[in-house]
Amino acid sequence: MSLLEVKQLTKNFGGLSAVSMVNMQLEDNELVGLIGPNGAGKTTLFNLLTGVYEPTEGVIDLEVDGKKTSLIKQKTYAITSMGLGRTFQNIRLFKDLTVLENVLIGMHEKNKVGTIASIFRTPAYYAAEEKMRIEALELLKLFNLETKVAELAKNLPYGEQRRLEIVRALATKPKILFLDEPAAGMNPQETASLTSLIRQIQKEFKITILLIEHDMSLVMDVCERIYVLEYGRMIAHGTPDEIKTNEAVIKAYLGGE
Amino acid sequence: MEAFLQQLINGLSLGSIYALIALGYTMVYGIIKLINFAHGDIYMVGAFVGYTAINTLHLSFFPALILSMVFCAILGVAIERIAYKPLRNATRVAALITAIGMSYLLQNGMIYLVGSETRAFPQVIKNKVYEFAGLQVSQTQIMIFATTIILMLALQLIVQKTKMGKAMRAVSTDADAARLMGINVDNVISFTFALGSSLAGAAGVLVGLYYNSIEPMMGYAPGLKAFIAAVLGGIGIIPGAMFGGFAIGIIETLVSGYGGSLIKDAVVYLILIIILIFKPSGLLGKNVKEKV
Amino acid sequence: MKQFNKKNFGWLIFIAAIYILIQVGTATGIINAFYEITLMTILINVILATGLNLIIGFSGQFSLGHAGFMAIGAYCTGVISIKYPTVLGLMGGLLLGIAIASLVALLVGIPTLRLKGDYLAIATLGVAEIIRIVILNMNDITNGAAGLSGIPFIANWQITFAFIVISLIVIMNYIKSSPGRATISIREDEIAAESMGINTTKYKIIAFVLGAASAAIAGGLHASYFSVIRPADFTFMKSVDILIIVVFGGLGSMTGSVVAAIVLGILNVYLQPFGQLRMIIYSVALVAIMVFRPSGLLGTKEFTISGLLDRKSKKKSMKEGEAE
Repeated sequence: MSLLEVKQLTKNFGGLSAVSMVNMQLEDNELVGLIGPNGAGKTTLFNLLTGVYEPTEGVIDLEVDGKKTSLIKQKTYAITSMGLGRTFQNIRLFKDLTVLENVLIGMHEKNKVGTIASIFRTPAYYAAEEKMRIEALELLKLFNLETKVAELAKNLPYGEQRRLEIVRALATKPKILFLDEPAAGMNPQETASLTSLIRQIQKEFKITILLIEHDMSLVMDVCERIYVLEYGRMIAHGTPDEIKTNEAVIKAYLGGE
Repeated sequence: MEAFLQQLINGLSLGSIYALIALGYTMVYGIIKLINFAHGDIYMVGAFVGYTAINTLHLSFFPALILSMVFCAILGVAIERIAYKPLRNATRVAALITAIGMSYLLQNGMIYLVGSETRAFPQVIKNKVYEFAGLQVSQTQIMIFATTIILMLALQLIVQKTKMGKAMRAVSTDADAARLMGINVDNVISFTFALGSSLAGAAGVLVGLYYNSIEPMMGYAPGLKAFIAAVLGGIGIIPGAMFGGFAIGIIETLVSGYGGSLIKDAVVYLILIIILIFKPSGLLGKNVKEKV
Repeated sequence: MKQFNKKNFGWLIFIAAIYILIQVGTATGIINAFYEITLMTILINVILATGLNLIIGFSGQFSLGHAGFMAIGAYCTGVISIKYPTVLGLMGGLLLGIAIASLVALLVGIPTLRLKGDYLAIATLGVAEIIRIVILNMNDITNGAAGLSGIPFIANWQITFAFIVISLIVIMNYIKSSPGRATISIREDEIAAESMGINTTKYKIIAFVLGAASAAIAGGLHASYFSVIRPADFTFMKSVDILIIVVFGGLGSMTGSVVAAIVLGILNVYLQPFGQLRMIIYSVALVAIMVFRPSGLLGTKEFTISGLLDRKSKKKSMKEGEAE
């Protein structure tokens, strides 16, 4: 099976169908784009996949240790520890904590030290803390944030906050990483460097990335496959070249008949 | 059955008072998201103003009621302007502590002024008791119930039909958007405090009549109960506060009527917790999910 | 041992210094019998406030029910130590109090800690009132509204001081660890915390139970020192008193809670002569403090020995300053 399989996924808010009958497959080790006009339901789809919202209908299956596991009715934290990491469109860092602490929190679940061990400061506690610190610093270095470890997240410039969100999500050791408009509010240079960064992450960590983006050029540039949502429906799916020439997509973006 | 109906009647009177106080809690919460802990003490002040008006100024019931409502309205606005307004952008907990501080201030200020002993409230209404199919209804009960209903209708009229009422609803939905639409948010908030406090003042006079005794700490317990009533019905929702007030009044009298007077408060709290767990936004409230 | 470093040694000296200071004070009579009551009140309030700060200031869960857990500790200790009027009896009572308070916190926390903000506050208030009413109605054990009197005087300030040190070490070790950071992340942003794989319910409950257990200790010490307890000692007002200390000191600052407990305790002594006016001055001061300094005395700052050492050695390299 695929790494992630989504079938007939639907979410109704009252009478409004934010996502309807969406099908999607993600394979190991690929970079996939998810595009669509404002209000097409992209973020809602992320929220359904990560358990923030409960779907009205549909199937979400993730391959966990070679077994097909349903994500329906699972708690967000459980889904994250099964291997789905995410960032947020409207940056949700732990603002009053330091950069390092933000990353360490992402690592918590995979490096569990018990509450009792922590309170009594057992050798296991010191060992785990040390290991987490080293790993966190390595990750931060990769993203050129190593000089800012002691800074509060809220004091970082905007672009670095976005980067920190990605680091924090990577700290959860995801198999699939959902990036929700990582380039939002960035200038062209920043976007360009982010683009290469995303590609680099995907190669280096050998994970699957699903990228929501408004910036068509970014998506066309880095993604191997692209899904297109409009009014909650998946209207197209294919390689960047196929999408560029797809009539439904052109119509959705440019309007017209 | 007769005993049950009798308790229901008693419960309605008590519930009217809770409902009147709960309205003030709910309106203030709806508009600035503050649990105004001083509200129960405004009700206490209302009782004392009524007491003074009748005893010292020799007014009859209705003028005393009006005087008390006006006095409490001014007091409520003054508290809002002096203590709460500077904290509008502070943390919720800081605002809550300020409200508790105001509550202490009103209680202890009143103790300082009049002493802490209980006083008998002058009985300005003839305590006639009507019998009807074996049920007893006192004149005071009718008066309480009627006054409450009239005040609630007036409130609904103000909130639904007047320009100020519309502004109140706008501010409680989105204060920033309301400000951009040219609504003077500060005035609307003051008006909300005035309305809520005047209802509490009325409740104070009515309770003085009903229980025949008043003291400076009298606001604490009913204040808490009324707040629970507001939460039960759905805080921020005006009909919810009325409903919650009556519900708690009736539950309380029924539980004590059937021999549970020692645990009546525990029953009220238990029901509250159960409702919060299953419907956190209250019985009449809508569940709102945080946008991600 | 590598773990027992300069920093821990610094804390040890600091704690010993305070202990000796109080010892000298009582021995020379500077802290007389009247001041000793104030001292005990302060010490007990320190335990209460730091426990509540863990719940409100660190896990971000608004509890208004701290007095309920204090009552459980007080009554357990009262009942047991009347039966066994020894130090062992006191310890047994405290342990029982901790056990029952933790159990109640766990049972109550699982359903209610899903509630947000004010709703949680009102639910915990309800729980505390229910605990109080249950105690009020258990006449055979608790003697109803009249309360327990003649609880043997066993706890003194030394025992209380030891418990402060223990409970502060437990709480500080917890918040400065990975589970502690997970707990703080809930305060910062619950949805983001969930998305980091953190079981938010679990860590809210841990904080709630730790807070409840420390409140039970404080209640037990209170019962043992003051000898008389009544259900009326543990009303909503008591929870509010503790909340005031926490907010006054600064939500999210344990140092703040300790300082605020001391400052408010001393303020109380100075206000004694004012009699009737005392509470009025207190409430005006409360409102004024909140209006002019809503984040409390210390905000979220903490006093640390390493910070003190750093300042002394004039900015050594900051790089390792954060190292545990």
